[in-house]
Amino acid sequence: MTAPAKVSVRGVTKRFTVRRREILALDGIEVDIRGGEFFCIVGPSGCGKTTLLRILAGLETESSGTIEVVRDPATERPLNSMVFQEQSVFPWMTVRDNIAFGLKARGFSRRARYAVAEPFIHKVGLTGFEDALPHQLSGGMKQRVSIARAFANDPEILLMDEPFAALDEQTKLVLQGELLRIWDESRKTVVYVTHSIDEAILLADRIMVMSARPGRVKEIIDVASVFGRPRQVELVKSSAQYGEVFGRVWGLLRAEVLGSQLIGDATQEGMGA
Amino acid sequence: MNVSTKTGAVDVRAASGSAHAGAPANAALVGKPARGGIGRWNVERALSFLSPVILLLLWEAAARTGGIDTRFFPAPSSIFKTAGALVQSGELWSNVSVSLVRIAVGFTIGAVPAVIVGLAMGLFSPVRAVIQPLIDGTFPIPKIAVLPLFIMIFGIGEASKYAIIAVAVTYLVLINTVAGVRNIERVYLDVGKNFHASRRMMFSDIALPGALPMVLTGLRLGMGVALLVIVSAEFVGAKSGIGYMIWSSWQVFQVEKMYVGLLVSALIGFASAILLNTLDRVLIPWKPR
Repeated sequence: MTAPAKVSVRGVTKRFTVRRREILALDGIEVDIRGGEFFCIVGPSGCGKTTLLRILAGLETESSGTIEVVRDPATERPLNSMVFQEQSVFPWMTVRDNIAFGLKARGFSRRARYAVAEPFIHKVGLTGFEDALPHQLSGGMKQRVSIARAFANDPEILLMDEPFAALDEQTKLVLQGELLRIWDESRKTVVYVTHSIDEAILLADRIMVMSARPGRVKEIIDVASVFGRPRQVELVKSSAQYGEVFGRVWGLLRAEVLGSQLIGDATQEGMGA
Repeated sequence: MNVSTKTGAVDVRAASGSAHAGAPANAALVGKPARGGIGRWNVERALSFLSPVILLLLWEAAARTGGIDTRFFPAPSSIFKTAGALVQSGELWSNVSVSLVRIAVGFTIGAVPAVIVGLAMGLFSPVRAVIQPLIDGTFPIPKIAVLPLFIMIFGIGEASKYAIIAVAVTYLVLINTVAGVRNIERVYLDVGKNFHASRRMMFSDIALPGALPMVLTGLRLGMGVALLVIVSAEFVGAKSGIGYMIWSSWQVFQVEKMYVGLLVSALIGFASAILLNTLDRVLIPWKPR
């Protein structure tokens, strides 16, 4: 279980300036994410978990610190591909073109990228919808497209920002199961941000619990030693250990959530430039 | 943002993700809300159709009984008779076709570069920083006011007509295209960036389709202004065209012919609206309607 580090995050700090006030969003994040690991990040709202993911995705830059992703020298994989929280599927492209988008950006010919995208269309259960436009799909199906788009791009690491947050409970359960199944086939390194403890336990090998703002690593909890792979949603949720792990994570988070609600702006005040 | 409630698409299904042949037809069934009975809608439609007809009939009756001054408001029947004569002599078509060519050429010259520059301005802030003040500074000038200048530069011929239409159209298309790009959901640009889309792909695959609804709005407004500008330009600086026809018939007090000109310009406006709506449907099939 001690695979070498795939992603090394060293002392990553992020400061924002909002209305001339400096806000420390991330404070010295130190973590190694292992190759082939499903790594979940949970934390209270506003703790900077999405910011950390966006830094990993290259959509924002860290104020200080470094991030290193170990590349597989034998391939020309892109570094990372992200599954976004909100509707990020292009409404003007068919399901097929959406899923093949990353491949097009990498210069694949139409024929080549459709060939690569094809199995992913089936894997996410969108067979028959290849030529549909997103407005003909439900919210859950759009997220399937978004997931397939990231997987089809075959990146070194997959980044997911609460991809199921906007879905209803039942759709979410189905998609979590499908994500586990697809991931089992590739065992790619995944960094998955969520505010749901339940989701983190279900999916993760390890869970990183973050403190309220400024976001720091509070503790990293090993789930892989409790629940093996492949996992089944029903079995995990009905097991006795589930409640135990849930209790541990919630124990860590509870104080943070309460604290962030009580102090709220006071922390910002204290950090003012 | 979540459109799932609008569609009847089924999402919860067996986790295996296999076999859903024939399902897309189902998903495409986005039904319109049921109407409250057949009657009301048809009655309203009939009323909308009848009101202009009744107005014309009243006008006709008033003209025949001397209720209105037929020197200013000739009877519709006499206007239509004049229209028929103008069609037969070919005079109407020769004027209309001249105006249509001017609009088409000027519109194209104005709109195409405006879309390209507008996309660049929307995507790249330095481009915007350079061009925006020029736009803001010159936009308030009524476009027809530069006609004398254009006649001076391009002469009395067709070129000055093309130029005045192009300028009028450019502003509206440009401003709307910029707004269209700026209003694209940020997440689409994030996706482009995260997937390392090239500059060209950011243009063609994200900015252009994302801004297209607003571009079409710009084209629609531009078309309206093009009609306005060409008719005004032909009043003073032309020997043909629909505007010339209206103006010259006023000068010789052929009021019926003037009304035919008005009628035809209304029809051109109507036809261009239909054309652009069709374009909208063809180019933006994903737009919720």
